[in-house]
Amino acid sequence: MSVREVLRRLGPALGLVATWTLFALLAGGKFTSWSNHELMLLQTAVVGTAAVGATWIIVSGGIDLSVGATIALGTMVIASLVRDGMPAWLAALAGIATGALIGAGIGALVVGELGRVAGVALGIAVGAWLAKTSGAALGLAVGAVVAVAAALLFRRLLGRVELSPFIVTLGLWGALRGLAKGLGDNQPVYAQSPESMATMSGLSGLMSVDKGVLLPTGVWILVAVATLAAVAMRYSVFGRHVFALGSNEETARLCGLRVERTKVLVYTLAIACAGVAAVLQTSYLSMGDPTTAQGYELKVIAAAVIGGASLSGGQGSIAGTLVGALIMTVVDNGCTKLGMDNWVQELVTGAIIVAAVALDRLRARSTDA
Amino acid sequence: MAGIAKRYGATVALGGVDLEARAGEVLALVGENGAGKSTLMKVLAGAVVPDAGEMRLDGTPYRPRGPAEARRAGVAMIYQELSLAPHLSVAENVLLGCEPRRGIFVDRGALCARARQALAQVGRAELDLELRVGALGPADAQLVEIARAVALDAKVLVLDEPTSSLGREDVARLFALVRKLRASGVAIVYISHALEEVMELADRAVVLRDGVSVASFERAELSAQKLVAAMVGREVSELYPRSDSRVGEVIARVNSLTGVRRPKNASLELRRGEVLGVAGLIGAGRTELLRAIFGLDRVVSGELKVLALEGARTPGERWRQGVGMASEDRKREGLALARPIAENLCLPRLDRVARGGWTTPNRIEDAAREWIAKLGVKCASAAQPVGQLSGGNQQKVALARLLYCDADVLLLDEPTRGVDVAAKAEIYRLIDELARGARPRAVLVVSSYLPELFGICDRIAVMARGELGLARAVEELDEEAVMFEAAGGVR
Repeated sequence: MSVREVLRRLGPALGLVATWTLFALLAGGKFTSWSNHELMLLQTAVVGTAAVGATWIIVSGGIDLSVGATIALGTMVIASLVRDGMPAWLAALAGIATGALIGAGIGALVVGELGRVAGVALGIAVGAWLAKTSGAALGLAVGAVVAVAAALLFRRLLGRVELSPFIVTLGLWGALRGLAKGLGDNQPVYAQSPESMATMSGLSGLMSVDKGVLLPTGVWILVAVATLAAVAMRYSVFGRHVFALGSNEETARLCGLRVERTKVLVYTLAIACAGVAAVLQTSYLSMGDPTTAQGYELKVIAAAVIGGASLSGGQGSIAGTLVGALIMTVVDNGCTKLGMDNWVQELVTGAIIVAAVALDRLRARSTDA
Repeated sequence: MAGIAKRYGATVALGGVDLEARAGEVLALVGENGAGKSTLMKVLAGAVVPDAGEMRLDGTPYRPRGPAEARRAGVAMIYQELSLAPHLSVAENVLLGCEPRRGIFVDRGALCARARQALAQVGRAELDLELRVGALGPADAQLVEIARAVALDAKVLVLDEPTSSLGREDVARLFALVRKLRASGVAIVYISHALEEVMELADRAVVLRDGVSVASFERAELSAQKLVAAMVGREVSELYPRSDSRVGEVIARVNSLTGVRRPKNASLELRRGEVLGVAGLIGAGRTELLRAIFGLDRVVSGELKVLALEGARTPGERWRQGVGMASEDRKREGLALARPIAENLCLPRLDRVARGGWTTPNRIEDAAREWIAKLGVKCASAAQPVGQLSGGNQQKVALARLLYCDADVLLLDEPTRGVDVAAKAEIYRLIDELARGARPRAVLVVSSYLPELFGICDRIAVMARGELGLARAVEELDEEAVMFEAAGGVR
C-alpha cells in the first residue's frame, strides 16, 4: 500500500484527530475529561447508528431523506407500546421492526412495486381502523385480506413504476412525520401507569452516562451494529454485490445479480438500523416525540459523506461514516464547551462537509494524473 | 496544426501530429479506434488543451481555451454523440450560446429568423422551429447541429463519424450538404471508419495510428487497400489468426426467439469449436438478440436451449449454465469502473470464491490473478480500479470474466470496440484460442466491422430490421453480399 493510499484511507480519521486536538487546545480540561468523552460518544449513538444503515444505502447508489421521520415514528411506536404495558425488549423489537417495514416499503417503491406497496398500505389502514372500531381480531383478519387482494389488483393495474429513492424518501420525509404525529394525536407519548414508568426508566438505562459497562450501553449497541455492518460490507458476497450495484447497476444486471432483491434487502436492513436508533432515542428522551430527530436525515448523510462515501454510489465505509459522525459531535460539543453560539457550530459543520468532499476530490485528482 | 501532443497519465493519445486543412476541401481523417482522431479534433475544437504544439487559423496563431472560444473563431465540431439540449427547441439549439439579444432578453424574432436561415442552408427549411429537439429523429438532429455550425459562419467544420446513426437516404443528403459547404469555401474535416465514405467524399485523407499521422493520400492515389494497410500498420492476414477448427456438437439452439420489438423470430444453432458472426447495421437488433438470449431483455416467444438445458430466462441462470456475455458498452454496462479488477472479473460467480455467503477480498483477488495473467492484462494489481486501465485492458477484463465463469457459450457484442490495434490482435488471438483450442467453446460475435467478422468467423449470419438470416460459411460470402443483405436487399 502506497503512502497516498494510506492517506486516502486515513483521511477522515486524521480530520477527526485534528478537530479533536484543536478543541483540546482551546477548551482544555472541560473538553478532554473522560466524562465529556462519554457524553460525546452518547451524543453520537443515535445519529451514528442511523448513519451505519445509511452508508449501506448510499453505497448501493440510493439515498434516504426520511430517516429522521422514521426515528420519530419509531419513538412513538415504542413509547405507545410501553405505555400500554408491553415489556421493554418487546417494544424495542417492535420499533426495529417498524424501521424494517418502512425500509422494505421504500425498497419496494424504488424497484417499481408501487402497486403492491399501495395495496399493503391500504390493507394496514383498513385493518387499523377496524381494529379501533370493532376489535383487534376482526381488524387483523380483514386487513390481511384487503392487503393481499389490493396488492394483487394494484400490481396488475399499474405494472412496474420505478421511482427514484430521492423522491420516495422525500415524500416519506413528510408522510412518516405526519403519521408519527397522528399516532399520538399531535402529543408526545409518556409512560403513565407505575409499571410502564418503571419499564421506561429501565429503557432509559441504555442512554445514561452512569450506567453500562465502562461506557453507556447505547454506545455498545452502536459499536455492535457498526461492527456487524462493517464485516458484512467487506466480507459477505451480499456486501460485494451492493458495491457493484452502486458502482454500475447495468453491470450488476449483466452479471446476473438480482438487482431488485438486493435493493429491497439493503433498504430493509439499513432502515432497521434507523429502528435501532429509534430505540436509543426513546430511551434518551424517556418518551415518544413526533417532532424529535428533525434534520437527522441530513446529519446522517453528512456523516457518510465526510467519511468518504460517494453520493453517486459504489464508495463508502462504515468506519469512515463513524468518524464522520464523531467529527460532527466533536465540533458540536467543542463549540458548546467554548461557549460559542449555535450558529457557529452550524457554520463550522457546513464548512467541514464541503471541505471533506473537496479534499477527497483533490486526492482523487492527484492519483488520476 | 503542428506537433500536437497529448498524454493521459501513461497513455500517449497524441504524439506530435501535424495536420493541415485547406479551405474548400474535404479532408478525411481515418484510423482505428483509439488512434487519436477524436482527441486531435477535440484539440482543434478547444475541448481539450494539448500538452504541446501550435495551431494556426488563416495564418494567425489560434489557441482556444474552450469550445466557446473555438466557435467564435469559426471552428465548429459535430461530435459522435450529438451535443444538443433535448429540452430546448430547434431554434434555441441552433443559436445556443450566441442568441440574439435585446437588452437582457432573447430577441425571439431575430432568433427564429436566423435559425430559419441556417436551416434553409442545410436544406431543411421546413423544420418546425418550436419543436423540442428531443422529439427529432437522428437525421434531423444532426442537421440541426450542422445548422448550428452554419449559423456561426464556421470556417472549419469537423464531422466526427456523422453517419453512424443515419439511414441510407439521410447519408446521401448529408453528403450533398457536405459538398455544398465545401463549394462555399468551408474547410471540412471528416472522421470516419467507413472507407467507402472516405473514397466517395474526400479530397485528401490522413491516416492516424497510435497518436501519430502515418500517411497522407491525395484523391488520385486513394485506395481502400492503402488506407487499411496504413491504419493497421501490418499485413491484415496476420491480424486474424485462424487455427484448424474441429467443429463439434450443437451446444446452443435458439428457436424462433422473439423479443418485445427485436429480434423477430430468430433461429440459430451454435456448435462447439466455431465462431459465428452476426453482421448488420446499427439498430438492426443484433444487441437485442444477444440480450434476449442472455435473459437481459424480455422474450415474448421462442425457445432456447443451452447444453440441452432450458433454464429460467435470467442472466444469473445463464452464467450458471455456462453462457457468458460481454457488453458492447464497457463504460455504461460492461464494467463497474470504480471497482477493483478482481471484483469485476469474479462478479457473476462470487459464490465460487465464497463459503456460505462469506468471502474475503484476498480470496477474490487470488481467483482473479490467474486470469489476469493468462490474458496478459496490464495492471498494477488485482485490486486496482478497472477504470484506470486502457480500453484494451478493460476489454480483456470483461472477457476474462467469461473465462473465470467457465463459459462454454460466449456472446460477444463488439468485442474490439474502442481498443487499439495491438489489443485487437490479442483479442482475435484469444477468440481463436477459445473456439479452436484444447477446449473448444462456441463463440457468437456481433460486430459492425465486416473485415473483422470475415477474419475471425467460421459462419456469418446477417441481421436486418430485427430478422436474422441464415448463417453461411464465410467462404461462400463476400463483404458486398453481406452489406446488401444488411441493407435489406433480397438475394
